[in-house]
Amino acid sequence: MLAEHGDSAKLVAGGQSLVPMMAMRLVRPAWLVDINEVDALKFVKLEKDAARIGACTRQVTVERDDALAARVPLLRQALAWVGHVQTRNRGTIGGSLAHADPSAELPLAAQVLGAKVVLRSAKGARALDAEKFFSGPMSTSMRHDECLEEIHWPVWSWKHTGSAFTEIAIRHGDFAMVAAAAQVALDSAGRCTRAAFGLGGAGGTPLAFPRIAERLAGTKLEDEAIEAAVTDAARQTDPGSDLHATKEYRRHLARVLAARALREARANAKRQ
Amino acid sequence: MSETLHEISVEVNGKPREDHVPARLSLVDWLRDELRLTGTHVGCEHGVCGACSVMLDGEPVRSCLMYTVQASGHRVTTVEGLARPDGSMSALQDAFCETHGLQCGYCTPGMLIAAQGLLNANPDPTEEQIRDAIGGNLCRCTGYQQIVEAVRLAAERMKK
Repeated sequence: MLAEHGDSAKLVAGGQSLVPMMAMRLVRPAWLVDINEVDALKFVKLEKDAARIGACTRQVTVERDDALAARVPLLRQALAWVGHVQTRNRGTIGGSLAHADPSAELPLAAQVLGAKVVLRSAKGARALDAEKFFSGPMSTSMRHDECLEEIHWPVWSWKHTGSAFTEIAIRHGDFAMVAAAAQVALDSAGRCTRAAFGLGGAGGTPLAFPRIAERLAGTKLEDEAIEAAVTDAARQTDPGSDLHATKEYRRHLARVLAARALREARANAKRQ
Repeated sequence: MSETLHEISVEVNGKPREDHVPARLSLVDWLRDELRLTGTHVGCEHGVCGACSVMLDGEPVRSCLMYTVQASGHRVTTVEGLARPDGSMSALQDAFCETHGLQCGYCTPGMLIAAQGLLNANPDPTEEQIRDAIGGNLCRCTGYQQIVEAVRLAAERMKK
Protein backbone atom coordinates (compact mmCIF):
# COMPACT_ATOMS: atom_id res chain seq x y z
CA MET A 1 0.00 0.00 0.00
CA LEU A 2 2.72 2.43 1.01
CA ALA A 3 4.83 1.65 -2.04
CA GLU A 4 1.82 1.98 -4.33
CA HIS A 5 0.39 5.23 -2.95
CA GLY A 6 3.61 6.95 -1.87
CA ASP A 7 3.06 10.30 -0.28
CA SER A 8 -0.71 10.06 -0.18
CA ALA A 9 -0.74 7.07 2.22
CA LYS A 10 0.02 7.28 5.93
CA LEU A 11 0.35 4.59 8.55
CA VAL A 12 -1.85 5.14 11.56
CA ALA A 13 -1.14 3.45 14.87
CA GLY A 14 -2.41 5.09 18.07
CA GLY A 15 -3.46 8.14 16.06
CA GLN A 16 -2.82 10.51 18.97
CA SER A 17 -0.82 12.90 16.78
CA LEU A 18 -1.91 12.09 13.24
CA VAL A 19 -5.67 12.24 13.88
CA PRO A 20 -5.54 15.71 15.53
CA MET A 21 -3.46 16.91 12.58
CA MET A 22 -6.07 15.52 10.23
CA ALA A 23 -8.86 17.11 12.27
CA MET A 24 -7.13 20.46 11.82
CA ARG A 25 -6.59 19.69 8.12
CA LEU A 26 -2.84 20.07 8.53
CA VAL A 27 -2.48 16.72 6.76
CA ARG A 28 -4.96 15.12 4.39
CA PRO A 29 -3.81 11.61 3.56
CA ALA A 30 -5.92 9.97 0.86
CA TRP A 31 -5.11 6.57 2.34
CA LEU A 32 -4.77 5.50 5.94
CA VAL A 33 -3.20 2.15 6.70
CA ASP A 34 -4.25 1.05 10.18
CA ILE A 35 -1.63 -1.15 11.89
CA ASN A 36 -3.36 -1.36 15.27
CA GLU A 37 -4.30 -5.00 14.87
CA VAL A 38 -0.82 -6.13 13.78
CA ASP A 39 0.22 -8.15 16.82
CA ALA A 40 3.70 -8.79 15.43
CA LEU A 41 4.48 -5.11 16.06
CA LYS A 42 3.53 -5.32 19.74
CA PHE A 43 6.20 -6.75 22.03
CA VAL A 44 8.79 -5.95 24.67
CA LYS A 45 11.84 -8.24 24.61
CA LEU A 46 14.63 -7.84 27.11
CA GLU A 47 18.02 -8.87 25.80
CA LYS A 48 21.45 -8.54 27.34
CA ASP A 49 22.46 -5.23 25.81
CA ALA A 50 19.15 -3.86 24.62
CA ALA A 51 15.42 -3.77 25.19
CA ARG A 52 13.60 -4.37 21.92
CA ILE A 53 10.17 -2.77 21.68
CA GLY A 54 7.74 -3.32 18.82
CA ALA A 55 6.69 -0.07 17.17
CA CYS A 56 2.97 -0.55 17.83
CA THR A 57 3.40 -1.27 21.55
CA ARG A 58 1.14 1.05 23.54
CA GLN A 59 2.82 3.65 25.72
CA VAL A 60 0.81 2.41 28.71
CA THR A 61 2.22 -1.11 28.28
CA VAL A 62 5.77 0.19 28.41
CA GLU A 63 4.97 2.48 31.33
CA ARG A 64 3.66 -0.45 33.40
CA ASP A 65 6.49 -2.88 32.60
CA ASP A 66 8.59 -3.16 35.79
CA ALA A 67 11.27 -5.41 34.29
CA LEU A 68 11.77 -2.93 31.46
CA ALA A 69 11.87 0.02 33.88
CA ALA A 70 14.69 -1.72 35.76
CA ARG A 71 16.74 -2.03 32.56
CA VAL A 72 15.86 1.22 30.74
CA PRO A 73 14.60 3.49 33.54
CA LEU A 74 14.55 6.57 31.34
CA LEU A 75 11.59 5.22 29.37
CA ARG A 76 9.18 5.17 32.30
CA GLN A 77 10.51 8.53 33.48
CA ALA A 78 9.92 10.05 30.04
CA LEU A 79 6.46 8.51 29.68
CA ALA A 80 5.30 10.17 32.90
CA TRP A 81 5.42 13.41 30.89
CA VAL A 82 3.81 12.08 27.71
CA GLY A 83 0.25 13.34 27.21
CA HIS A 84 -2.43 12.04 29.54
CA VAL A 85 -3.79 8.65 30.62
CA GLN A 86 -6.28 8.64 27.74
CA THR A 87 -3.62 9.33 25.13
CA ARG A 88 -1.05 6.90 26.60
CA ASN A 89 -3.65 4.13 26.55
CA ARG A 90 -3.79 4.50 22.80
CA GLY A 91 -0.52 6.13 21.74
CA THR A 92 2.36 3.92 20.67
CA ILE A 93 6.12 4.04 21.12
CA GLY A 94 6.85 3.87 17.40
CA GLY A 95 4.16 6.41 16.56
CA SER A 96 5.74 8.99 18.79
CA LEU A 97 9.17 8.45 17.22
CA ALA A 98 7.81 8.49 13.66
CA HIS A 99 5.92 11.72 14.37
CA ALA A 100 9.27 13.24 15.45
CA ASP A 101 8.00 16.28 17.28
CA PRO A 102 11.19 18.06 18.41
CA SER A 103 9.66 18.75 21.83
CA ALA A 104 8.33 15.21 22.37
CA GLU A 105 9.66 13.04 25.18
CA LEU A 106 10.22 9.67 23.53
CA PRO A 107 12.26 11.03 20.62
CA LEU A 108 14.45 12.81 23.19
CA ALA A 109 14.91 9.60 25.20
CA ALA A 110 15.82 7.76 21.98
CA GLN A 111 18.34 10.43 21.04
CA VAL A 112 19.97 10.55 24.49
CA LEU A 113 20.30 6.78 24.79
CA GLY A 114 21.34 6.33 21.16
CA ALA A 115 18.45 4.00 20.37
CA LYS A 116 18.32 2.19 17.03
CA VAL A 117 15.22 1.98 14.87
CA VAL A 118 14.47 -0.85 12.49
CA LEU A 119 12.66 0.23 9.31
CA ARG A 120 11.04 -2.32 7.04
CA SER A 121 9.67 -2.11 3.53
CA ALA A 122 8.61 -4.79 1.09
CA LYS A 123 12.24 -4.77 -0.10
CA GLY A 124 13.82 -5.53 3.26
CA ALA A 125 14.85 -4.02 6.59
CA ARG A 126 17.50 -1.55 7.68
CA ALA A 127 18.59 -0.25 11.08
CA LEU A 128 19.29 3.41 11.75
CA ASP A 129 20.67 5.27 14.76
CA ALA A 130 18.26 7.75 16.34
CA GLU A 131 20.66 10.51 15.35
CA LYS A 132 20.27 9.63 11.66
CA PHE A 133 16.55 8.93 11.97
CA PHE A 134 15.46 12.39 13.16
CA SER A 135 16.07 14.76 10.28
CA GLY A 136 14.09 17.87 11.25
CA PRO A 137 10.87 19.10 12.86
CA MET A 138 8.21 16.38 12.33
CA SER A 139 10.44 14.68 9.80
CA THR A 140 12.53 11.55 9.72
CA SER A 141 14.70 9.81 7.18
CA MET A 142 12.07 7.07 6.83
CA ARG A 143 11.12 6.47 3.19
CA HIS A 144 7.51 6.50 2.05
CA ASP A 145 7.38 2.73 1.64
CA GLU A 146 8.91 1.99 5.05
CA CYS A 147 7.26 1.05 8.32
CA LEU A 148 8.95 1.55 11.67
CA GLU A 149 9.13 -2.01 12.96
CA GLU A 150 10.96 -1.97 16.26
CA ILE A 151 13.20 0.13 18.46
CA HIS A 152 16.31 -1.09 20.27
CA TRP A 153 16.94 0.77 23.51
CA PRO A 154 20.49 0.29 24.83
CA VAL A 155 20.77 -1.16 28.34
CA TRP A 156 23.60 0.19 30.48
CA SER A 157 25.04 -2.66 32.51
CA TRP A 158 26.95 -0.61 35.11
CA LYS A 159 25.66 -1.29 38.59
CA HIS A 160 25.30 2.36 39.55
CA THR A 161 23.29 3.68 36.63
CA GLY A 162 20.71 6.41 37.06
CA SER A 163 18.59 8.52 34.77
CA ALA A 164 16.13 11.39 34.98
CA PHE A 165 13.66 13.31 32.84
CA THR A 166 12.24 16.75 33.46
CA GLU A 167 10.44 19.44 31.52
CA ILE A 168 8.45 22.67 31.66
CA ALA A 169 5.06 22.82 29.93
CA ILE A 170 2.03 25.08 30.23
CA ARG A 171 -0.02 22.19 31.62
CA HIS A 172 1.43 18.83 32.68
CA GLY A 173 1.08 16.53 29.68
CA ASP A 174 1.04 19.31 27.11
CA PHE A 175 3.86 19.94 24.68
CA ALA A 176 7.07 20.73 26.50
CA MET A 177 8.53 24.20 26.13
CA VAL A 178 11.84 22.56 26.87
CA ALA A 179 12.55 19.03 28.08
CA ALA A 180 15.76 17.50 29.39
CA ALA A 181 16.87 13.90 29.86
CA ALA A 182 20.04 12.44 31.34
CA GLN A 183 21.56 9.10 32.18
CA VAL A 184 24.83 8.56 34.08
CA ALA A 185 26.82 5.60 35.35
CA LEU A 186 29.15 5.81 38.34
CA ASP A 187 31.84 3.46 39.63
CA SER A 188 31.89 2.37 43.27
CA ALA A 189 33.99 5.44 44.14
CA GLY A 190 31.32 7.73 42.67
CA ARG A 191 33.36 8.59 39.60
CA CYS A 192 31.41 8.94 36.37
CA THR A 193 32.12 6.17 33.86
CA ARG A 194 29.60 7.34 31.29
CA ALA A 195 27.17 10.21 30.90
CA ALA A 196 24.57 11.12 28.31
CA PHE A 197 22.15 14.01 28.25
CA GLY A 198 19.98 15.89 25.81
CA LEU A 199 17.34 18.54 25.26
CA GLY A 200 13.96 18.63 23.55
CA GLY A 201 12.19 21.73 22.26
CA ALA A 202 15.52 23.46 21.80
CA GLY A 203 16.03 22.92 18.07
CA GLY A 204 14.56 21.24 15.01
CA THR A 205 15.22 17.75 16.37
CA PRO A 206 15.78 16.41 19.88
CA LEU A 207 19.41 17.17 20.70
CA ALA A 208 22.02 15.00 22.40
CA PHE A 209 25.47 16.23 23.32
CA PRO A 210 27.77 13.20 23.20
CA ARG A 211 31.01 15.22 23.01
CA ILE A 212 30.14 17.43 25.93
CA ALA A 213 28.87 14.42 27.90
CA GLU A 214 32.16 12.62 27.28
CA ARG A 215 33.95 15.32 29.25
CA LEU A 216 31.89 14.39 32.30
CA ALA A 217 33.42 10.91 32.36
CA GLY A 218 36.13 10.75 35.01
CA THR A 219 34.64 13.56 37.09
CA LYS A 220 32.59 12.95 40.19
CA LEU A 221 29.77 14.87 38.51
CA GLU A 222 30.28 17.77 40.88
CA ASP A 223 27.74 20.57 40.45
CA GLU A 224 30.48 22.71 38.84
CA ALA A 225 31.25 20.04 36.22
CA ILE A 226 27.56 19.73 35.42
CA GLU A 227 27.16 23.50 35.23
CA ALA A 228 30.05 23.81 32.75
CA ALA A 229 28.66 21.04 30.57
CA VAL A 230 25.10 22.35 30.41
CA THR A 231 26.27 25.90 29.75
CA ASP A 232 28.15 24.61 26.70
CA ALA A 233 25.15 22.57 25.62
CA ALA A 234 22.69 25.45 25.98
CA ARG A 235 24.98 27.56 23.81
CA GLN A 236 24.59 25.00 21.01
CA THR A 237 20.79 25.08 21.10
CA ASP A 238 18.69 27.01 18.63
CA PRO A 239 15.19 27.25 20.08
CA GLY A 240 12.38 29.23 18.49
CA SER A 241 10.31 32.04 19.96
CA ASP A 242 6.53 31.90 20.20
CA LEU A 243 3.59 33.15 22.20
CA HIS A 244 4.58 31.01 25.18
CA ALA A 245 8.29 31.65 25.46
CA THR A 246 11.07 33.61 23.86
CA LYS A 247 14.20 32.08 22.42
CA GLU A 248 16.21 33.49 25.33
CA TYR A 249 13.87 32.01 27.92
CA ARG A 250 13.97 28.62 26.23
CA ARG A 251 17.76 28.70 26.20
CA HIS A 252 17.72 29.58 29.89
CA LEU A 253 15.38 26.63 30.52
CA ALA A 254 17.67 24.40 28.49
CA ARG A 255 20.58 25.10 30.82
CA VAL A 256 18.58 24.88 34.03
CA LEU A 257 16.65 21.74 33.10
CA ALA A 258 19.69 19.90 31.72
CA ALA A 259 21.52 20.56 34.99
CA ARG A 260 18.50 19.39 36.97
CA ALA A 261 18.25 16.18 34.95
CA LEU A 262 21.96 15.44 35.40
CA ARG A 263 21.83 16.05 39.15
CA GLU A 264 18.77 13.83 39.52
CA ALA A 265 20.38 11.13 37.40
CA ARG A 266 23.47 11.33 39.61
CA ALA A 267 21.35 10.95 42.75
CA ASN A 268 19.47 8.00 41.23
CA ALA A 269 22.76 6.33 40.24
CA LYS A 270 24.08 6.65 43.80
CA ARG A 271 20.97 4.96 45.13
CA GLN A 272 21.55 1.86 42.98
CA MET B 1 -19.87 8.34 -5.78
CA SER B 2 -21.12 6.71 -2.64
CA GLU B 3 -18.64 6.19 0.14
CA THR B 4 -17.45 2.66 0.87
CA LEU B 5 -18.99 1.31 4.05
CA HIS B 6 -17.19 -1.09 6.36
CA GLU B 7 -18.86 -3.74 8.44
CA ILE B 8 -18.19 -3.40 12.16
CA SER B 9 -19.14 -5.22 15.32
CA VAL B 10 -18.56 -3.40 18.60
CA GLU B 11 -19.70 -4.23 22.12
CA VAL B 12 -21.13 -1.01 23.53
CA ASN B 13 -22.11 -0.94 27.21
CA GLY B 14 -22.40 -4.71 27.18
CA LYS B 15 -24.55 -4.96 24.04
CA PRO B 16 -23.23 -6.16 20.70
CA ARG B 17 -23.78 -3.56 17.97
CA GLU B 18 -23.37 -4.19 14.27
CA ASP B 19 -23.24 -1.46 11.67
CA HIS B 20 -21.80 -0.36 8.34
CA VAL B 21 -19.78 2.84 8.60
CA PRO B 22 -17.49 5.02 6.49
CA ALA B 23 -13.77 4.52 7.23
CA ARG B 24 -13.29 7.95 8.71
CA LEU B 25 -16.36 8.25 10.89
CA SER B 26 -14.99 9.09 14.34
CA LEU B 27 -16.04 6.85 17.19
CA VAL B 28 -17.68 9.72 19.06
CA ASP B 29 -19.81 10.66 16.05
CA TRP B 30 -20.97 7.07 15.66
CA LEU B 31 -21.85 6.78 19.35
CA ARG B 32 -23.80 10.02 19.31
CA ASP B 33 -25.35 10.14 15.85
CA GLU B 34 -26.01 6.49 15.12
CA LEU B 35 -26.47 4.92 18.55
CA ARG B 36 -27.95 8.11 20.03
CA LEU B 37 -25.70 7.73 23.07
CA THR B 38 -25.40 11.47 23.50
CA GLY B 39 -23.91 11.31 26.99
CA THR B 40 -20.44 11.37 25.46
CA HIS B 41 -19.69 14.95 24.49
CA VAL B 42 -17.80 16.38 21.54
CA GLY B 43 -15.51 19.15 22.72
CA CYS B 44 -12.41 20.18 20.84
CA GLU B 45 -12.39 17.32 18.30
CA HIS B 46 -8.61 17.15 18.34
CA GLY B 47 -7.74 15.35 21.53
CA VAL B 48 -7.11 18.17 23.95
CA CYS B 49 -10.21 18.61 26.12
CA GLY B 50 -11.10 15.06 27.17
CA ALA B 51 -14.89 15.59 26.95
CA CYS B 52 -15.25 12.64 24.57
CA SER B 53 -13.47 10.12 26.83
CA VAL B 54 -14.86 6.58 26.72
CA MET B 55 -13.43 3.27 27.84
CA LEU B 56 -11.97 0.99 25.22
CA ASP B 57 -11.51 -2.52 26.61
CA GLY B 58 -11.78 -0.98 30.08
CA GLU B 59 -9.21 1.80 29.68
CA PRO B 60 -10.05 5.49 29.08
CA VAL B 61 -9.32 6.81 25.57
CA ARG B 62 -10.42 9.80 23.53
CA SER B 63 -13.20 8.82 21.15
CA CYS B 64 -12.59 11.80 18.85
CA LEU B 65 -9.14 10.40 18.04
CA MET B 66 -10.41 6.99 16.98
CA TYR B 67 -12.24 5.93 13.88
CA THR B 68 -15.26 3.72 14.47
CA VAL B 69 -13.77 0.93 12.36
CA GLN B 70 -10.85 0.78 14.80
CA ALA B 71 -13.24 -0.12 17.62
CA SER B 72 -14.54 -3.17 15.77
CA GLY B 73 -13.92 -6.29 17.82
CA HIS B 74 -13.45 -4.25 20.99
CA ARG B 75 -15.51 -3.26 24.03
CA VAL B 76 -16.61 0.35 24.48
CA THR B 77 -18.09 1.78 27.68
CA THR B 78 -19.67 5.22 27.55
CA VAL B 79 -20.94 7.32 30.43
CA GLU B 80 -24.36 5.66 29.93
CA GLY B 81 -22.65 2.38 30.85
CA LEU B 82 -21.47 3.61 34.25
CA ALA B 83 -24.90 3.55 35.94
CA ARG B 84 -26.00 0.48 37.89
CA PRO B 85 -28.04 -2.13 35.97
CA ASP B 86 -31.29 -0.77 37.50
CA GLY B 87 -30.50 2.65 36.06
CA SER B 88 -29.58 4.32 39.34
CA MET B 89 -26.39 6.37 39.61
CA SER B 90 -23.05 4.74 40.38
CA ALA B 91 -21.14 5.62 43.56
CA LEU B 92 -18.93 7.94 41.52
CA GLN B 93 -21.87 9.69 39.85
CA ASP B 94 -23.58 10.16 43.23
CA ALA B 95 -20.39 11.65 44.64
CA PHE B 96 -20.21 14.16 41.76
CA CYS B 97 -23.76 15.31 42.60
CA GLU B 98 -23.07 15.59 46.30
CA THR B 99 -19.83 17.55 46.12
CA HIS B 100 -21.08 19.79 43.31
CA GLY B 101 -18.46 18.34 40.99
CA LEU B 102 -20.19 19.87 38.01
CA GLN B 103 -21.78 23.08 36.92
CA CYS B 104 -22.57 23.23 33.22
CA GLY B 105 -21.87 19.50 32.90
CA TYR B 106 -20.09 19.61 29.58
CA CYS B 107 -16.88 18.01 30.82
CA THR B 108 -18.66 15.67 33.25
CA PRO B 109 -18.97 12.52 31.09
CA GLY B 110 -15.26 12.70 30.32
CA MET B 111 -14.41 13.36 33.96
CA LEU B 112 -16.53 10.39 35.06
CA ILE B 113 -14.85 8.06 32.58
CA ALA B 114 -11.36 9.26 33.53
CA ALA B 115 -12.13 8.98 37.24
CA GLN B 116 -13.79 5.57 36.90
CA GLY B 117 -10.75 4.35 34.95
CA LEU B 118 -8.56 5.46 37.83
CA LEU B 119 -10.74 3.84 40.51
CA ASN B 120 -10.89 0.55 38.59
CA ALA B 121 -7.10 0.40 38.54
CA ASN B 122 -6.48 2.00 41.91
CA PRO B 123 -9.31 1.91 44.46
CA ASP B 124 -7.49 4.13 46.94
CA PRO B 125 -5.81 6.95 44.98
CA THR B 126 -3.91 9.86 46.52
CA GLU B 127 -4.95 13.38 45.67
CA GLU B 128 -1.98 13.64 43.33
CA GLN B 129 -3.04 10.48 41.50
CA ILE B 130 -6.58 11.83 41.15
CA ARG B 131 -5.28 15.10 39.73
CA ASP B 132 -3.05 13.21 37.33
CA ALA B 133 -5.93 10.99 36.18
CA ILE B 134 -8.17 13.95 35.30
CA GLY B 135 -5.20 15.99 34.01
CA GLY B 136 -6.27 15.35 30.43
CA ASN B 137 -9.79 16.69 30.97
CA LEU B 138 -10.60 20.37 30.85
CA CYS B 139 -13.32 21.94 33.01
CA ARG B 140 -14.12 25.59 32.36
CA CYS B 141 -16.58 26.34 35.15
CA THR B 142 -16.67 24.27 38.34
CA GLY B 143 -12.95 24.24 38.77
CA TYR B 144 -11.20 21.05 39.67
CA GLN B 145 -11.38 21.15 43.45
CA GLN B 146 -14.88 19.68 43.80
CA ILE B 147 -14.20 17.12 41.10
CA VAL B 148 -11.17 15.90 43.05
CA GLU B 149 -13.34 15.79 46.19
CA ALA B 150 -15.96 13.75 44.35
CA VAL B 151 -13.44 11.13 43.30
CA ARG B 152 -12.04 10.98 46.82
CA LEU B 153 -15.55 10.56 48.29
CA ALA B 154 -16.44 7.84 45.81
CA ALA B 155 -13.21 5.99 46.59
CA GLU B 156 -13.96 6.07 50.32
CA ARG B 157 -17.52 4.80 49.81
CA MET B 158 -16.49 2.07 47.43
CA LYS B 159 -14.00 0.76 50.01
CA LYS B 160 -16.82 0.10 52.46
